Amino acid sequence: MAILTGILAPFRQWLFRLGRDERLPVVLTQRRIFIIPTRIGVLFSIVLMVMLIGAINYNLSLGHALVFLLAGHGLVAMVHTFRNLIDLRLAPGRADPVFAGETAQFTVSLDNPRRHDRFALELAFGNHDGVSIDLPAGERVTADIPCPAPKRGRLNPGRITLSTRFPLGLFYAWSYPHPPLSCLVYPKPLETPLPQASAIASGEQQHSEPGHEDFSGLRLRQPNDSPRHIAWKAVARDFAHRPLLVKQFSGGTSEELWLDWTLTPDGKNTEMKLSLLAGWVLAAERQHLRYGLRLPDRELPPDQGPAHRDRCLEILALHGQI
Amino acid sequence: MAKFKHIPSPPLERGTIPWLLACAIATAAPHVGHLPLWTSLLAGLVLFWRTWLWRNNERLPARWLLGLLVFGGATGIALEFHTLFGRDTGVALLVLFMALKPMEMRTRRDAIVLVMLGFFLLLTHYFYSQSIPTGLWLLACTALLTATLIRIHGGAQPPIAVLRYAGLLLAQAMPVMLAAFLLFPRISGPLWGLPQDAYSGLTGLSNEMTPGSLNNLIQSGAIAFRARFAGETPARSRLYWRGPVFDDYDGHTWKPHQPFTRRPESPPEIDAGEKRFDYVITLEPHNMRWLLALDLPVALPPDSALTGTLVATAREPVRQRTRLAFTSAVDYHVNPQESTALLAQSLRLPPAINPRARTLADQWRREFITPERIANAVLSYFRSENFFYTLRPPLLEGDAVDDFLFNTRRGFCEHYASAFVFLMRAGGVPARVVTGYQGGELNPVDGYLVVRQSDAHAWAEIWVTGKGWLRVDPTAAVAPSRIERGIEAALPTADPLPALVRIDSDWLRSLRNRWEAVNNTWNQWVLGYNPQRQREVLSRLGLGEPDWRGMTAALAALCGLLLLAVTLWTLRQQCALSPEQKSWLRFCRRLARLGVVRANWEGPLDFATRVARERPELGKLVKQAAGHYADLRYGEGHPEDLRKLNNCLHHLAHLQAQHWRKPF
Repeated sequence: MAILTGILAPFRQWLFRLGRDERLPVVLTQRRIFIIPTRIGVLFSIVLMVMLIGAINYNLSLGHALVFLLAGHGLVAMVHTFRNLIDLRLAPGRADPVFAGETAQFTVSLDNPRRHDRFALELAFGNHDGVSIDLPAGERVTADIPCPAPKRGRLNPGRITLSTRFPLGLFYAWSYPHPPLSCLVYPKPLETPLPQASAIASGEQQHSEPGHEDFSGLRLRQPNDSPRHIAWKAVARDFAHRPLLVKQFSGGTSEELWLDWTLTPDGKNTEMKLSLLAGWVLAAERQHLRYGLRLPDRELPPDQGPAHRDRCLEILALHGQI
Repeated sequence: MAKFKHIPSPPLERGTIPWLLACAIATAAPHVGHLPLWTSLLAGLVLFWRTWLWRNNERLPARWLLGLLVFGGATGIALEFHTLFGRDTGVALLVLFMALKPMEMRTRRDAIVLVMLGFFLLLTHYFYSQSIPTGLWLLACTALLTATLIRIHGGAQPPIAVLRYAGLLLAQAMPVMLAAFLLFPRISGPLWGLPQDAYSGLTGLSNEMTPGSLNNLIQSGAIAFRARFAGETPARSRLYWRGPVFDDYDGHTWKPHQPFTRRPESPPEIDAGEKRFDYVITLEPHNMRWLLALDLPVALPPDSALTGTLVATAREPVRQRTRLAFTSAVDYHVNPQESTALLAQSLRLPPAINPRARTLADQWRREFITPERIANAVLSYFRSENFFYTLRPPLLEGDAVDDFLFNTRRGFCEHYASAFVFLMRAGGVPARVVTGYQGGELNPVDGYLVVRQSDAHAWAEIWVTGKGWLRVDPTAAVAPSRIERGIEAALPTADPLPALVRIDSDWLRSLRNRWEAVNNTWNQWVLGYNPQRQREVLSRLGLGEPDWRGMTAALAALCGLLLLAVTLWTLRQQCALSPEQKSWLRFCRRLARLGVVRANWEGPLDFATRVARERPELGKLVKQAAGHYADLRYGEGHPEDLRKLNNCLHHLAHLQAQHWRKPF
């Protein structure tokens, strides 16, 4: 068995050209498309055999013709299944970060430079469920390929299995495009009460940090700014061209929350601690708190907003990984 | 290797159901004609029910109910046919399954099983008919079944697009079919014993003759066989097609004394004369061993021989349309020396029947002495007395020959032949009844002589020392026009005849001739394409006489070539360029000739800016063209833009011409 694997592995390596595609978009050439009959195809050929024997036995000349016509359909369907994949261009797109345990969606764009429509293209990673798309002639379509993300870190989904059984389901043609794809997987957040915040009254910091009392200027609105802070007057003045602005305030009591590695209960493993920290980050962001993140090897100064939240989660996701 | 996902088959889309129902109906419907009525009704009802369920989005019935229906249907069929094996039973079961399968369609796999069942059901239609309309209908059904597969695997598309794709596949599969049809090494079946009912419903002459037995046959306009003469066609009055010969009489029925399977001890002694005719007969299947040949065949096709009574018989019953090459002589003398046993048999009569006929025959024997003169006496008796030729003779009672000769005097060829042979035997002349066909009609369209069941005929043969067997047709004495012009001329118009036999209108006749010629071509070349025909065709194509290995190799090569052609057609680089892209690319090529080359990565507007900087005289034009192109391609393009872009192109061509004309 080991010997067999030893022989087969390089063969598979050569045949399927395992490895990442460097040139983008990935063009599906003849060399990259594989095709075998499906179980239905095998059933079809058995039915044809039986029919042929029947036609011979009863001397049905038209029966011969019918069997040959259907066999011709089988042969032609093989070419058509192959045609459904040939010359497709696949380019990787973005993949939004997800939390561990969720399903990541990898967006790829597929280009059909040819003059025939393509139908029922299945895109999947490994043995996971995939998506099915149709691709009209000369058009570009994007597809979101799902891939479960069980662990935090960078999810590398591996090669895509791009397959089709169109038109008759008698043949299965597939290709393994392997564009660079990756998705950030945040630790699965665990909801626990936030640790105690510490009020900081350092004058230097107070100067720059926004508060709630003294108006200090306008800035572009970010998605989770409170609607109460929107500068409606400024917006009304030039509604057509001005983006939504929010008033910024300074001063007041500013609480700073340090989400510290050391605050997590002892005796939990790293992953659990990271999950707790991720839960805190989400909770702090929900409560519009200013929070900083402190890990044994990294520190992120307190701030707030989605960008800050995402930075924090990314650091948690990549903790301990290069 | 590809790992198949072992996931359950995907559930069926609702939109595929009407396709599958259409498949079930289209493939099962032509069977209605030969199924028991209740089976058709049950199948129709179930399909209707399924359609209703689909329309109203109702749940499918429980499995136990379906199981009950299947069991009940199968039991009914078994009771109806008294067996579960056999051709018709199998077809009835298949139709039943086809109607019930849509009731349990939940996954894609179910749908595919139904389509495969449909393919199989298509084949069974050929048991009953292989005519051109059947072929066309099944072609349409094949397209429908493949369209259904496309619909199942390709998702929702407009039905017309699905059908067009199926048509494309059909068109591409057609050459493969033709190649395989031509080259696939044919084997003549059957490979094993066929069920009892395989050859039911074949008509033709019977292997015994009672007065009245031919009447049913005469009513049929069906074709018995076709003949094609290599040279000239004999005159109609000489077209006696010899079939089974009967020499055993029990007072009512004529039968062969020895079965037609028996070979004679010595071959017949034939003096064929000068005139011979070569011809090929395409015999319709009649499930009997005798062949029909022009009286008298001197050269027979392989695997056939003449019996002691000179009937050409094949080794197997004729169960499929067969082509047979014969040579016949019409002025022949046969068996001047005949075996005494056969002569004795040809004189034997059951004792003490038809006393009046015997008395008459005795009287003639004493009066005329030689066989020929006795025969003439009988014929002139038929002619001079008040005998009639009719298809509706009165029933004969008691001594059949006496009743006919002295009482009813109305009859058909069998009555005359039967009475004549009785009289001859009673008069001491060896005689026997020959049945077969007389006449035939030449189809001017394809030159085949068509002989129908309505041309069935019976005549007599007498044996004369030194001359052998002589044909005597007593019907000719009563109704000469039967022999000269055919049955429709001989019968009184009141007698019933099938419409096809009695056609007066010229254009109807020519229409029928055309249709039959087309059918004959179909029969000869499509249905009759057997191993022998295949050898003929291949050697005519210059392939010599290949054996099955050669044919398989040729077939594989041809299929490979066809597949290659389809693949090349498929893989031909077909970049879809829109009209504005084409125009823009042409514009850029023109510019390149003027020394302005657009880099591949350069967008139209950037390019225009650069051109304006480098070649101010072209700037305006390029800017216009690039603007229109950009609008068309990336903005809200308008057909007007395309026209303007093309105007720019023409303008550029104009500039170009000036550019070259300008003196340097």
